[in-house]
Amino acid sequence: MSGDRERVLGSLRRALGRGRDAAADAAAHTAVVQRIASRQRGPIPARSQLDPVQQVELFETMAREQAATVVHVARGDGVPAAVADYLKAANLPPRVRVAPDAALTALPWDGQPLLEISTGRAAAEDPVSLTGAFAGIAETGTLMLRSGASHPTTLNFLPDVHIVVLRAADVVGPYEDVWDRLRAREGDGVMPRTVNFVTGPSRTADIEQTIQLGAHGPRRLHIILIDETDETP
Amino acid sequence: MSPPDRSFSENVRVAVADPQLRRAMHHVKEGFIGKRAKAAARLPEFETLRDAARDIKDHTLAHLDLYLERYEAEVTGRGGHVHWCAGPAEARAAILDICRQAGARTVTKGKSMIGEEIDINAHLEAAGMMPVETDLGEYIVQMRHERPSHIIAPAVHLTKDLIEADFRAQHRQFPADRSLSEVPELVDEARQVLRQRFLDADVGITGANFLVAETGSSIIVTNEGNGDLTQILPRVHIVIASLEKMVPTLEDAATILRVLARSATGQEFSTYTTVSTGPKRPDDVDGPEVYHVILLDNGRSDLLDGPFREILRCIRCGACINHCPVYHAIGGHAYGSVYPGPIGAVLTPALEGIEAAADLPEASTFCGRCEAVCPMRIPLPKLLRHWRERAFERRVTPKTVRAGIGVWAFFAQRPALYGFATGLAARLLGMLGGRRGRIARLPLAGGWTRFRDLPAPEGQTFRSQWATRGAARKGQRS
Repeated sequence: MSGDRERVLGSLRRALGRGRDAAADAAAHTAVVQRIASRQRGPIPARSQLDPVQQVELFETMAREQAATVVHVARGDGVPAAVADYLKAANLPPRVRVAPDAALTALPWDGQPLLEISTGRAAAEDPVSLTGAFAGIAETGTLMLRSGASHPTTLNFLPDVHIVVLRAADVVGPYEDVWDRLRAREGDGVMPRTVNFVTGPSRTADIEQTIQLGAHGPRRLHIILIDETDETP
Repeated sequence: MSPPDRSFSENVRVAVADPQLRRAMHHVKEGFIGKRAKAAARLPEFETLRDAARDIKDHTLAHLDLYLERYEAEVTGRGGHVHWCAGPAEARAAILDICRQAGARTVTKGKSMIGEEIDINAHLEAAGMMPVETDLGEYIVQMRHERPSHIIAPAVHLTKDLIEADFRAQHRQFPADRSLSEVPELVDEARQVLRQRFLDADVGITGANFLVAETGSSIIVTNEGNGDLTQILPRVHIVIASLEKMVPTLEDAATILRVLARSATGQEFSTYTTVSTGPKRPDDVDGPEVYHVILLDNGRSDLLDGPFREILRCIRCGACINHCPVYHAIGGHAYGSVYPGPIGAVLTPALEGIEAAADLPEASTFCGRCEAVCPMRIPLPKLLRHWRERAFERRVTPKTVRAGIGVWAFFAQRPALYGFATGLAARLLGMLGGRRGRIARLPLAGGWTRFRDLPAPEGQTFRSQWATRGAARKGQRS
């Protein structure tokens, strides 16, 4: 509706008194450019300002509070056994769709012959997915997952069980730290198609305000934390 | 479609006499208020964040034209399409056009109040497509051919036995003797039915909690994950959003997100907060191939210039609704508008004209709870008062009310007469109350006495007590 573009913008400009004072218009323009460039932060909750060890503890506490489960492994090569143990203990199907992420596919899956491993995006019938995470946010126990060739978004939502591998070194304090990391790693202004902030498994309270897990997304969210800090999973 | 075309007062009469609605509304009072209070108390910075959130929106609104232009450039630069729409008709035309071009049959929908505002489902159906609401509450009200009665809890007016009956009538594919009386069973059945719809969909429509100028992103906040399945599975993703959803940066979104979930459901953070930017990238293996944004004005640009600008700070958390005693008593449908509660009472006259919605600003006790809990610090009672003044100026206030105000104004301008008349009335009503001190029936006060007794005045009027106390205070000081 290109016809409406000028109509709507014209109406906005009239309401805001543009075009009357060139200096004021220029100042408004500068204010907008500067505001976006500054990435000015609002008040950051003190609870997220901790040392790295405490940050991981807070992340874990908050994630558990939202019904996620969390286990630790010392190193990345402990992930396959942790996956097998979790699925076995919860009596879940040992069929895992793994994100096409070299850091995950290169793990020693051979040591878990009972696990059926495949890679790629999620199919409707996949019971379990395994993905990495870009970061964990301690403030609310939230995972940040970004889409890309090594992380299809369907893995975050279609399977009943979502297992996420997170390096302790990737746990940050507040949400804002994630944006800085993303800009630093991907380049300023680059955004993935999808950024998912995930806090616990899917839920609804739409019937009589009763919270029920597993509305449309995963019924379970399991987080495997890699404690070692100088290694990629 | 509900709500029915009755007058507001008739809707209220029906609503307060509905025992099922009473039971359902009990959950609102019990649930939302306590949860919000707890979440707010747990974050020491909550009040500071409310100030910061207000300031972000005030700044954005003062530069809305410029931020929208920047936002548009970012969306387009990343391969998306922006459609500027002045009103509902233009928005519907744009959406239908996209759906037709995509050859859409099934159109899944995440929860969107803009979708309600433009009544998109009816138009998709008329065009031969099947719109499927995927938020559980929205799915239930769509099944019942109703409108959402709450902006974040669409089916809050229903009890689970009613929902069970609907599922049994509609989901014929399941055995008739299945157990379906508990919430987990209902949720599970809806999950099964909707899973296929997600997979079948050709187009997915979501709303937006925020639009980010910096990156051209749209953000949705959900708990179920339906908004995500709606946008990542179909080939086409359409975002429908009104102009005031704009924020400058991702940092600004983070600040407002900290007050949104806490004010809405009392959660620290919603389960899913999703930032979507353009269509899928060349090396992505999933995600939509096409990304459209419908930017709807529908009266917002008019509100920007004038006393109602502050309402554009609203982030649709529903806190004002959850805390409104009038909403608790009558539910959302009685308002007869897309947006119920205090926010609806301010917004509806702006969208539909005060002549069409003069009753809604009256549906307030001015208790001030809405303003006290609004995360964006919108002075809702003040804005309601503005609408009452406009209604009076434009002579849409009912004749009896105008006459009553006229009588009051006559006395109010003559203080001595006012004091004498109110003193006399207080004594008469006191006598009428008798020893019980309560009046069971009174002419002109039937609306009150039909449901409860009117407490009779005891002793002197407020003004005379005030005068006595003032004299006493002066006496103490000297």
